[in-house]
Amino acid sequence: MRADRDDSALADAAPDEAAPERSAAQCRLEVAGVAVTLGGNQVLHDVDLAVAPGETVGLIGPNGAGKTTLLRAVLGLLAPDTGTVRIAGNPPRGARKHLGYVPQKHEFAWDFPITVAAAILNARIATRWGGTARRADREAVARAVERVGLTDLAGRPIGALSGGQRQRVLVARALAREPGLLLLDEPFTGVDVPTQELLVGLLGQLAEEGTAILMTTHDLTQARAVCTRLCLLNRTVVADGPPSELDDPALWLRAFGVAESELLLTGTAREAT
Amino acid sequence: MIEWLVEPWQLPFMQRAFVVALVSAVVCVVVGAFVVLRGMAFIGDAVAHAVFPGVAIGFVLHANLALTGAAAGIVTAVAIALISQTRRLNEDTVIGVFWAGSFGLGIVIVSTQDAYTGDLTSFLFGQILALGDGDVIAVAVVGAVLVGLTFLLRRQLIAVSLDRETAKASGLPVLLLDMVLYAMVTAAIVVALQAVGNVLVLALLVTPAATARMATERLGTMTIAACVLAASGSVAGLYVSYHYNLAAGGMIVLVLTGMFLLAWLAAPKHGLLWKRRATSSP
Repeated sequence: MRADRDDSALADAAPDEAAPERSAAQCRLEVAGVAVTLGGNQVLHDVDLAVAPGETVGLIGPNGAGKTTLLRAVLGLLAPDTGTVRIAGNPPRGARKHLGYVPQKHEFAWDFPITVAAAILNARIATRWGGTARRADREAVARAVERVGLTDLAGRPIGALSGGQRQRVLVARALAREPGLLLLDEPFTGVDVPTQELLVGLLGQLAEEGTAILMTTHDLTQARAVCTRLCLLNRTVVADGPPSELDDPALWLRAFGVAESELLLTGTAREAT
Repeated sequence: MIEWLVEPWQLPFMQRAFVVALVSAVVCVVVGAFVVLRGMAFIGDAVAHAVFPGVAIGFVLHANLALTGAAAGIVTAVAIALISQTRRLNEDTVIGVFWAGSFGLGIVIVSTQDAYTGDLTSFLFGQILALGDGDVIAVAVVGAVLVGLTFLLRRQLIAVSLDRETAKASGLPVLLLDMVLYAMVTAAIVVALQAVGNVLVLALLVTPAATARMATERLGTMTIAACVLAASGSVAGLYVSYHYNLAAGGMIVLVLTGMFLLAWLAAPKHGLLWKRRATSSP
């Protein structure tokens, strides 16, 4: 509770109109006691999770563990039954301009007739009613396109891109908003090795610049490569710490809800830690 | 030849028909581009059929048929938007329920009347050769409002088409935008009803945009190309209808459908012939 108050004091010091670079530096995510019920089933309960600026946290857990539900609660797309979500001290609805969201590739309409650059520009200016794109918008888009290595393909229709290139477009759409908190849903799934390497490098740079990053992933190898902390989730937080501290297979077994005799998984857990 | 082209223009009812056909074509294309790109063709059909009971009610009450038709269409469109939010049912399923339900209602209402009359059949099959000056002005005004509104909201409509979840997370009122789009589809349909009638209106909404999509990769070029296709197709349909004494609405739709088949065969890159040549050449 005290942490909330500190953050809102920070938010007061730098009002909404602050430059994105400045707001990025103070965009802390605080999830406290969150419970979510969907269709009569309790999907999440007593979830506590904090992501500080410059931290990269990987949400790991089996299918149905509530990873995407937690992301949706952070995005403000669903309201928790109990508990609070605070982004830079504000509820999600008041913090939208700080949020960058990278959805899973299949959520996106790749058959829409639009170029890479226009799709990225749209993510930045869609919430502005009327007017035209300003110079700052075009510059932010050019920077985002360059950071994901798509400069040569900026004029190409999105339908003509490969899986890896599509993932880069989604990341660039989030980056064009210059977010303080970046949320990624399975960014490494169905993506080629060069794109995986580019993403690992890019997420590292963003964290250094002070972006708070939260991602769901099934890819333990990549999670270990980019995350400063891993959060094992199975309806609630089973374990939360730096990868090096999560080397007890029992934690992983609890998170994934399997018997200890599953040697294969035990091996994977060891490797991941 | 020149006489063949000029002659229809000397008749006031043909002048009005040309204006209404052109406006209907452009309005339907501009709104229809989003219908096609979001795979919502079915909602156009549902709204077109939902307009029918409204027209029937208007007929029974001796009210303005276009207004009662539009009201029924908008009520149905909003109901579809709300019910499909539940996500328990697929949008297509909800649309299917309303599509049949509203047409059934229309038929029951009509059956209470002694006979089909000209007013009612003209709404089913178009009345483009029997329009008054007031109709032309109403069509032009509503059409201008719709095109302007689409232009103003294009950024938001594109964002929702690309990715609903991200659009919602960034604070766009996605449900409201859906309803506005559905209402615009309804208004476009009511405008075009005058030209081609209830049964064929879907062709104006979907066919030119689908034809243009075969050969274009940007929304702007797609919309402009579809406008040109729809306008020229409508005019060509009217000429043929005039000179050979064929049904005007049906002729417009046939020309547009012919254009689609041509594009399907011959569009660069995506057309059937092009693909065949690409696979047969080494």
